[in-house]
Amino acid sequence: MTSLSEGKIDLVTLGDTAPAAARERASLRRLGRVRWGLAAGFVLLLIVASAVFAPWIAPHDPLAVNIRHRLGPPAWMDGGVPAHPLGTDQVGRDLLSRMIYGGRVSLMVGICSVLMSASIGVLLGLTAGYFGGSLDWSIMTLVNVMLTFPFVLLALAVIAVLGPSLVNMIFVLGVAGWPIYTRVVRAEAMAVREREFVLAGRALGMSHLRIIFRQILPNLTSAIVVIATLQVAQVIIAESFLSFLGLGIQPPTPAWGNMLGEGRLYMLNSWWIATFPGLAIFVTTLMINLMGNALRDWLDPHMKL
Amino acid sequence: MDRDAAEEVEISPRPGPLTLPSPQRERVRGGGPGRARAVMRRYIARQLVQFLVVILGISILAFAILHVLGDPVLLLLPQNAGKEEFERYRHLLGLDRPLYVQYWKFLSNAVVGNFGKSWYADTPAFRLVLERMPPTIYLTFAGLVVALLISLPLGILAALKRHSWVDNLCTTVAVAGQATPLFWLGIMMIIVFSVRLKLLPASGYDSWENFLMPSFCLGATLAPITMRLVRSGVIEVMNMDFIKTARAKGVAESRVVIKHAFRNACIPVITVIGLQFGQLLGGAIITETVFAWPGVATLTVESIRNQDFPVVQCAVILLALVIVSVNLIVDLAVAFIDPRIRTGA
Repeated sequence: MTSLSEGKIDLVTLGDTAPAAARERASLRRLGRVRWGLAAGFVLLLIVASAVFAPWIAPHDPLAVNIRHRLGPPAWMDGGVPAHPLGTDQVGRDLLSRMIYGGRVSLMVGICSVLMSASIGVLLGLTAGYFGGSLDWSIMTLVNVMLTFPFVLLALAVIAVLGPSLVNMIFVLGVAGWPIYTRVVRAEAMAVREREFVLAGRALGMSHLRIIFRQILPNLTSAIVVIATLQVAQVIIAESFLSFLGLGIQPPTPAWGNMLGEGRLYMLNSWWIATFPGLAIFVTTLMINLMGNALRDWLDPHMKL
Repeated sequence: MDRDAAEEVEISPRPGPLTLPSPQRERVRGGGPGRARAVMRRYIARQLVQFLVVILGISILAFAILHVLGDPVLLLLPQNAGKEEFERYRHLLGLDRPLYVQYWKFLSNAVVGNFGKSWYADTPAFRLVLERMPPTIYLTFAGLVVALLISLPLGILAALKRHSWVDNLCTTVAVAGQATPLFWLGIMMIIVFSVRLKLLPASGYDSWENFLMPSFCLGATLAPITMRLVRSGVIEVMNMDFIKTARAKGVAESRVVIKHAFRNACIPVITVIGLQFGQLLGGAIITETVFAWPGVATLTVESIRNQDFPVVQCAVILLALVIVSVNLIVDLAVAFIDPRIRTGA
């Protein structure tokens, strides 16, 4: 395969008979990715810890208004003060403290919604994959309808009716996100269903429920864990977009999304208000993605997701 | 022994996951020039049925969001309205009738483009949404073009120089790109290019300059996925026998890549673009709100703020219709391009 770059024909190395050195290199690369994932997991742990212990870590009260210090720049710029390392917003609240508190909302929505959509999606996927037939057809049609709908559009429409709040947001994102689990779980369940141990279980007179939960589900956990991890990142982005539009977490409660939305109004003079919360979203989702990819490599290198 | 064998027979012949609907395939098998056409016709028919089912599903979903999750009267009347007032309105709007009757009325009106009047502006919702459709569609296609301009060359390059620094750089950028929230990227671009450098307009829809930032933003979010698929598609094709044959024949490497590899790698790419089109349109919604683009999405967000449900409903259904139609077209196009689907091989 390496021969392609030199433009020569090398039929020996083109086939499946990859030399041991190449295979070793591939597994080293995978190991490297896993190591990156570990590092990402560590950073993520710091982010989670700062959100959980926000009251002890944050230098200021995230809601404390200080009109005399409004729109203060970060500490390293002219006019910045060390008391507010990342500056202050339009009513003089400390940006760093608000960011630390904002992580609570994003992480909570991310985790709760993912738990919800994973439960719905896995149950439907197992049902569709195991029983097949018209049940399978109806579930997969629903999946197709949901996947056609842009996630954002669906969330917007539901929030429009229910009204914005934290619980509604978790509900909307949880309900909107299940099809991806269903699709993967169904395909895997269909394959596992044909394996000998399932047939043996059935021959021994196991009930369908017992086969599904004791024999099929355990085989799917790594796939589910990987999707769920990557999905947390997607949900965090969706949540912050809704909050950014003013349809999610309502001010003055700090959330990365609504801070970004407020910051947009002041971006002409005070770039930091919109920049830092977005950076927080970026770093968090990046770390989650890196960890998810590493998890996939670690659990099952052949998984195709 | 006999019993064991009997049981085995009873258990094992279950349809495997990869079994295609066999009766149809059996019937058309048998060769002859009509066979390919029959397969194709059946394929098109199946796609059309699926298209209709999905559209029906979307209409149910859009109806249910307003009528099952919420109560239109509660949203329409002021909160201090009396109980009789609510009942009168409910009757007036036909909301006291069974849900399936209401849905049927909604559907039969929607088919002829009647989504009711906007509660906010005194115009039909359908016309309001239709007027705002062109900017959204232009933006979506501009984003698609940008995504292809980024992902095709980089994906091919990464595939040909696997594990080189180019490949690693592409992967890194793709991972970072997937983690970047689109709306934040848009705002950062506005801060840098409009506020600081004063090079590009921050919003508006009048000249080509207005297209640059929004379409780049949108394209940049689709590019990572497309690039990965182009890369894996080209890698897969480059290992196939006909590439070796071409090389063995002495065909120039550039020609092998362009004529033999790229064409075949196109099929998964086109399919994925079709599948991603919904997400692309979703991205266009986000982009519109950041750059104040006068498209359907800004209208939808405005309408949500004004609680103008006929418009929201109409916009949601029309956008979904666009997505489903594009998916259908892509599926059919792939079938025409790929002889394996066309002939049912």
